[in-house]
Amino acid sequence: MIDFAYARAESESAAVAALADDHATVLAGGTELLNWVRLGIAAPERVVDIGGLDGLRGITRDGDTLRIGALTTLNEIGEHPLVVAHAGALASACLQAASAQIRNRATLGGNVLQRTRCAYFRAEEPVPWPCNRRSPGSGCAALAGLHERHAIFGWTDECVAVQPSDPAVALVALDAVVDVVGPAGPRPIPSTEFHLTPQEAGLREHRLDPDELIVGYRIPVAPTRQAYIKIRERASYEYAIVSAAAVVGGSVARVALGSVAGKPWRLPDLVDVPLTREALLPAVEERMADANPLPHNGFKVTMARNAAVRAVLTAGGDR
Amino acid sequence: MALDYAHDIDITIRVNGRAVRAVVHPRTTLLDWLREEVGLTGTKKGCNEGACGTCTVLVDGTRMNGCLTLAVQCDGREVTTVEGLADGGELSPVQRAFRDLDAFQCGYCTPGQLVSATACIAEGHATDPATVREWMSGNICRCSSYPQITAAVLTAAQASR
Repeated sequence: MIDFAYARAESESAAVAALADDHATVLAGGTELLNWVRLGIAAPERVVDIGGLDGLRGITRDGDTLRIGALTTLNEIGEHPLVVAHAGALASACLQAASAQIRNRATLGGNVLQRTRCAYFRAEEPVPWPCNRRSPGSGCAALAGLHERHAIFGWTDECVAVQPSDPAVALVALDAVVDVVGPAGPRPIPSTEFHLTPQEAGLREHRLDPDELIVGYRIPVAPTRQAYIKIRERASYEYAIVSAAAVVGGSVARVALGSVAGKPWRLPDLVDVPLTREALLPAVEERMADANPLPHNGFKVTMARNAAVRAVLTAGGDR
Repeated sequence: MALDYAHDIDITIRVNGRAVRAVVHPRTTLLDWLREEVGLTGTKKGCNEGACGTCTVLVDGTRMNGCLTLAVQCDGREVTTVEGLADGGELSPVQRAFRDLDAFQCGYCTPGQLVSATACIAEGHATDPATVREWMSGNICRCSSYPQITAAVLTAAQASR
């Protein structure tokens, strides 16, 4: 790992001010940043440790809003009674992410900012193949290479990778709001608009500016039934091939798919669709009609459709 | 309100009950610091990227990967390594159960398994085999002693009750 200078931020405003410096990077839990530095994905000259900002930690209910601080860890979220009661899809997504010991370090704010697990991207310097995200203009090795786990929506020839966060998928289905603070003050971003696909924004992965900090999440509390389904090659401690979060309330089922695009992929809502397998299958299929798989990942379209149906049924339909 | 950046950071960490003061480079991981500076080589370095779990230690009683944690992030905290599990010459219930049930072959993952199992039990996640497997999945055993490890965790959990 390259050497860097280190300082602890004593306040949120000090942390934001420090980010005006192009060579400064935020350290929260560190589970992503340390591996970025090892691989050469990031090479910060200065690291700002925000781990001591206790105001960014914790879970509270404020009327019809559940608030989760950005530094709250995935295990704290996954096992918290308020989250289990009102945002069960998020609790489940958090506990299906990573491993128990990583979840004790990994924060929600950091988790959603994790970068793709595409093996071509996650190579050590010097990267031995083209990757536009590592070396813009070099090309995309996955496009004509191994891309079974890559995108079926929203990709371009520039990049076919997927966003791997589990919690981000649940947050999108829950219509959560990302609270961001920058030099101009607070800025709320709907979680459905936070991440960006290559079709939307080229190589830009999300709407957070380099001088902004995620400080927390707000989740609307409403009577809903929820589920998060993660399909993977082993039962635990593995990234999703596809995942699906479902939030069912009244006559509306909201569904977001994970690991199918450069962002959590929210399907058009299922309104007045009977919660049976027979009715949901064609309804989900119709909402996935714009899927555009790569030569080797057509199976993900079927798998994602089935995961979406199973998530809705698990949340609250007939089994 | 510029931050006071430094390349040498003065830290004090309680390691297995003993306060250790040191000046470290910020990039030093807790794992490397424990092994190279404190001389506690029980904690093992496997993948060095958070995939294998053999570097698992307790920070303020909570299990974490030493390779994904910087030493500077543990300033003022209490760290317990595998060397801190036994009470003098007396093995902990987890250590005894691993020995009695042959919950290892080569032993390279064992320090991480022991520390992780200690936390798994304290968290209340050592209730049944499926739950143990889920909450111990962050500790890989390439000899595949998983049935024995699961049995040892459950046995130790009963002994601790």
